Amino acid sequence: MLNAVRGKSAGASAEVAAAGAAPAAPVKPALPPIPVKPPAAKDKKAAVGVDRRSFVAACFAPVVIGFSAMAATSLIWLLDLARFMFPNVLVEPPTAFKIGPPSDYPLGGVSTKWLAARGVWIVHTDQYKGRNLIYALASVCTHLGCTPNWLEGEQKYKCPCHGSGFYVNGINFEGPAPRPLERVGLKLAADGQLEVDKSVKFQEEMGQWEDSNSYVDGSLV
Amino acid sequence: MNSLPLITSWLSLGSLEPHPNVTPSVIFGLSWLYFILFLMNVAWTWRSFKKGHHIDMPAFAGGGHIPTAAVWAVYSTVLMLVSVIHFSCSSSPESFWLIMPDFAKTAVDAVVADARYFFAATSIGFVLMLLFREWLARPNVGWALLNLSLLFLTISMTDWDFRQIVGKPDNVPIVAMLFIVGFFTWVFFYRANENDRRAAQGLPPVESVNNEKVLTWPDLVYTEMICMIAATALLVLWGIALQAPLEEPASAVKTPNPSKAPWYFLGLQEMLVYYDPWLAGVVFPSVILGGMMAIPYIDFNKLGNGYYTFNERKFAITTFMFGFLPLWVGMIILGTFLRGPNWNVFGIYEFWDVHKLEALNNVNLSEYFWYGLGKPLPMAPAGSDFWKQAPYILLREAPGFLAIGFYLAALPGLMAGTIFKKFFIRMGFVRYMVFSNLVLMMAALPLKMVLRWAVNLKYFIAIPEWFFNV
Ligand code: FES
Repeated sequence: MLNAVRGKSAGASAEVAAAGAAPAAPVKPALPPIPVKPPAAKDKKAAVGVDRRSFVAACFAPVVIGFSAMAATSLIWLLDLARFMFPNVLVEPPTAFKIGPPSDYPLGGVSTKWLAARGVWIVHTDQYKGRNLIYALASVCTHLGCTPNWLEGEQKYKCPCHGSGFYVNGINFEGPAPRPLERVGLKLAADGQLEVDKSVKFQEEMGQWEDSNSYVDGSLV
Repeated sequence: MNSLPLITSWLSLGSLEPHPNVTPSVIFGLSWLYFILFLMNVAWTWRSFKKGHHIDMPAFAGGGHIPTAAVWAVYSTVLMLVSVIHFSCSSSPESFWLIMPDFAKTAVDAVVADARYFFAATSIGFVLMLLFREWLARPNVGWALLNLSLLFLTISMTDWDFRQIVGKPDNVPIVAMLFIVGFFTWVFFYRANENDRRAAQGLPPVESVNNEKVLTWPDLVYTEMICMIAATALLVLWGIALQAPLEEPASAVKTPNPSKAPWYFLGLQEMLVYYDPWLAGVVFPSVILGGMMAIPYIDFNKLGNGYYTFNERKFAITTFMFGFLPLWVGMIILGTFLRGPNWNVFGIYEFWDVHKLEALNNVNLSEYFWYGLGKPLPMAPAGSDFWKQAPYILLREAPGFLAIGFYLAALPGLMAGTIFKKFFIRMGFVRYMVFSNLVLMMAALPLKMVLRWAVNLKYFIAIPEWFFNV
């Protein structure tokens, strides 16, 4: 093995020596003749320009068409999506609904009868500015929108999320809720029933509780 | 012995009594827990024996020294005895005596069932941890702490209410997380102490001495693969052993009571108790994220790069740890284990009574100010429009605006002249302002918490008319 390697390297070095012994003088290759330009090539604008432009245009045409088509499709899509927001049929209970005669709601009571289905408490109280009123409070905490619980024993609405508490009349008094619960519309319908209208809201801090649409006189009972 | 159904039955507790503190299955489960503790401590005893450390006895105890291993051996024996007692007594839970005594429950609940004391305790604990880091980071002390916390957990299992809250499948991983946080905090101090000791002797940090390079393949990739497999196995076991709790179908008009955010957001939920939704839900989280991204740019301390240290980065580490441990992890504990129905604070051994009453009447700063002056709140005459109302509202809330303005605009300047003088010089104006405002915003949470608890302060600025409350 060793011998073989040695022999090989010896042979190789002999070759190198042989090559070095005969230095070849570099031969300059003959230059090819300069081609004569065809007459058409001289007129660049006339010949090449047109070709190049049409080539570029040909390349871009599908891209432009493709992107326009995509833009158009997306636009139609978006419009469709917008249309989606206005369904033909709305399977929601109407915002106005009757809740029975005022006599169903005696003074000093908070009715949770409509809470599960409609998200309102019907309150009949004289705790707000000493007036005997019936009104409907939306069961949405004014802090972050959880549904508080009406605690009969403590006579308050208490929110399970961050502990806001509201008096029976809806005024906030504990926890982080910054403003009272909101009233929704309440009126005495022609047939003597109370009618809640959830499409309107009345905020105490805006002075909207003075609005006569936000309550019904409780002395009617 | 098939222990899986055992553990689950011990967590879910089938029994005739409504709220039994101890049942045969509880005692049986505990005996296994004590047995595992015993095995862990046998291993530790063996380690101590190998190391051959000694404890020097104080002079009044006769001086001399005893091997650490002996202490651990005695402790392990006690654990084994306790485990055996549990095994043999599991048939008579009524007369079982190795339970959390009532006076201890009352004492613990007195602290944790009050958010003030809880926060004070976590903050004091944090300071003590920093002060005694040298001692706490010793392996034997760390092991003792682990044992104490595990013993506390184990013996507390003899309380029905504690089991309900800790054994809830939702909360089991949070308990595990607490131990993981504790472990990594300990590892940090252990390594940092070592480097700090070396630095005091003029030696380079361990990391720069032991910086032998290893190969990606196989050293790193194998480790990663093993971790992957272990994590997968853990998740599979977890998925089998602890069922995901299903609740009733969602309803827009019924909110579960208590309603808890996912555990990692409980800090935010706690923040919502003190600040308005737009602040606690939008501004503060963004400030937290942005602030953490800003840390590399406001940090001018070049030390501590690539190695553990505490002494060389005291301010940075203390600030970060305060934000992370008492303010973030602490709030997760508060939210998970202590917040109950109606978001009231309950003790860990306390029954979750929906009717627990806590007086929380809150008062706005403007009310304090104007009523304190004996005047009514400035109010626009009824029926005035927005532009007529605005000056009245702004006047009403002027004290709050002044307080906030002072806090965020004047305080940085004052601090630059006093406690943060060095920082101001090193950082320059812009960097310093970013830094000081971030620190102040971080401090705003505990500040508001303390004010809420101390004087029932609701909002500094309360303009419900414009949905602007701070
Ligand atoms: S949502 Fe009701 S207190 Fe936060």
